[in-house]
Amino acid sequence: MNDLDQLSTMLDTLCPMFTVLDKDGRIQKVGPTLQKLRPNQPMVDHCFLEIFQLVRPRNITNLPALMAIAGTKLHLKFHDEPQTALKGLVAPLPDGTGAVINLSFGISILDAVRDYSLTSADFSGTDLAIELLYLVEAKSAAMEASRSLNLRLQGAMLAAEEQAYTDTLTGLKNRRAMDHILEHLISTKSTFALMHLDLDFFKSVNDKLGHAAGDHVLCEAARIMLDETRSGDAVARVGGDEFVLIIRNLSNKERLERIANRLIGRLQAPMSFEGDACVISASIGTALTSQFLSPKPAEILHAADLALYEAKRSGRSCHRFYSEATQAQH
Amino acid sequence: MHGLINRAIQSFVCATYGRECWMQATEEAGFGFSEFEAMLVYDREKSYRILDVLSTELKRPRDDFLEDLGTYLVSHPDMEGLRRLLRFGGVTYVEFLHSLDDLADRVRLAVSDLDLPSLELQERSPTEFELHCHAGLEGYSSVMVGILRAMADDYGALVMLTHAGDRNGVDIISMILVESAFAKGRHFDLGARNS
Repeated sequence: MNDLDQLSTMLDTLCPMFTVLDKDGRIQKVGPTLQKLRPNQPMVDHCFLEIFQLVRPRNITNLPALMAIAGTKLHLKFHDEPQTALKGLVAPLPDGTGAVINLSFGISILDAVRDYSLTSADFSGTDLAIELLYLVEAKSAAMEASRSLNLRLQGAMLAAEEQAYTDTLTGLKNRRAMDHILEHLISTKSTFALMHLDLDFFKSVNDKLGHAAGDHVLCEAARIMLDETRSGDAVARVGGDEFVLIIRNLSNKERLERIANRLIGRLQAPMSFEGDACVISASIGTALTSQFLSPKPAEILHAADLALYEAKRSGRSCHRFYSEATQAQH
Repeated sequence: MHGLINRAIQSFVCATYGRECWMQATEEAGFGFSEFEAMLVYDREKSYRILDVLSTELKRPRDDFLEDLGTYLVSHPDMEGLRRLLRFGGVTYVEFLHSLDDLADRVRLAVSDLDLPSLELQERSPTEFELHCHAGLEGYSSVMVGILRAMADDYGALVMLTHAGDRNGVDIISMILVESAFAKGRHFDLGARNS
């Protein structure tokens, strides 16, 4: 057994993806795993650089140039398909008789194992390839379990939001809550007034001063509405700049008129936001349960809506009661 | 107790005894829910409660139930992923047995908050082994007996397993390897992927 055979027997065990080149760059020995990548194409006696293409460093076309970068990490790929990416390291043989080049897969290992049907036996016992494959599978499984948990949690969060009764921006009740309250009050035959309040000029605040200013105005408006109503009343934000106030146990039009005018008066006062004055106003339409024989939620909402329309038509910043006479005109 | 362990019990019961049986057991245990989340952590007490309920309901001693669970984890088609992870341990059954020393670390590498008791393989002779299951998870050695038996089939090895009792809190499983290549075993392709 000559030196070359002895060397290659050792390398077969230690690093089965090695090649030994002669001084002209011709392959003399090749490791079993590396040869397994091209089973029908014996590599021995072929030029190393005819089979493998150097990706980095570039412009290396002969062995002396390759020898000059011994110890540097090489990036290579096959010339032909599949062009599996490989990493490599050159170690010169003594007396300029050639070189050993050891190759490995690097990150391409996942595809390589499948493309070439590699098994544990194709890797040396110290190679971390099998551990890497294990880790990829284990982590993918764990990630998949986490992902499915996240999806379920997200679904639960959306469901919870749908079931919420609070408008997250203003802290007022939302439309869903308002619907429930209305339903409840009507089924218990309670007396109440329903005010539909729409902010005037809100859009221009939003457009001129931005959404932050708009949000600030909505919160301020909400505070004023809560201020001007009693704790047993309900204030809900039912649209972008639309609100519904349910004033319980009250059908006295004069008192309701006073409440509405106070609301408009306070909402008209300029609100300051970061040095800018935001000026809005409000129009309000009010309907009373006492205006109906057997009121239904949709009926009362519609009536308040008509009154609001009337208020807008009268030049905004004012309050109108629903009346059957107005309804008849439409 | 890690959700993965609870989830394993749940999957095993649903696959083997039916969903109805599982729903009944969670109700009997008074959980107020019937689905364990694999990636959340639960009170340890919950796991043992459901095991007690199941043991009564199925009229099977807890250790037998846990052995079956171990076998299920390796041999059921739904659990192919887990079988593969275990097969990464070695090319032969004996290599696999030696890899069990690292099992707790391997598991932690994949799921950092899943703490399993450490295992230690002692080689009495080339065909006689003892697996020492350290304390930390009651019933773990019973599950391991099921896993070892099913993995032997997977590798095509013929083994005799006995639960040799415990020594200072360490549960001991003794194994005699009758034939390491008794049957062909199941195929293991390194590059196989679910996708």
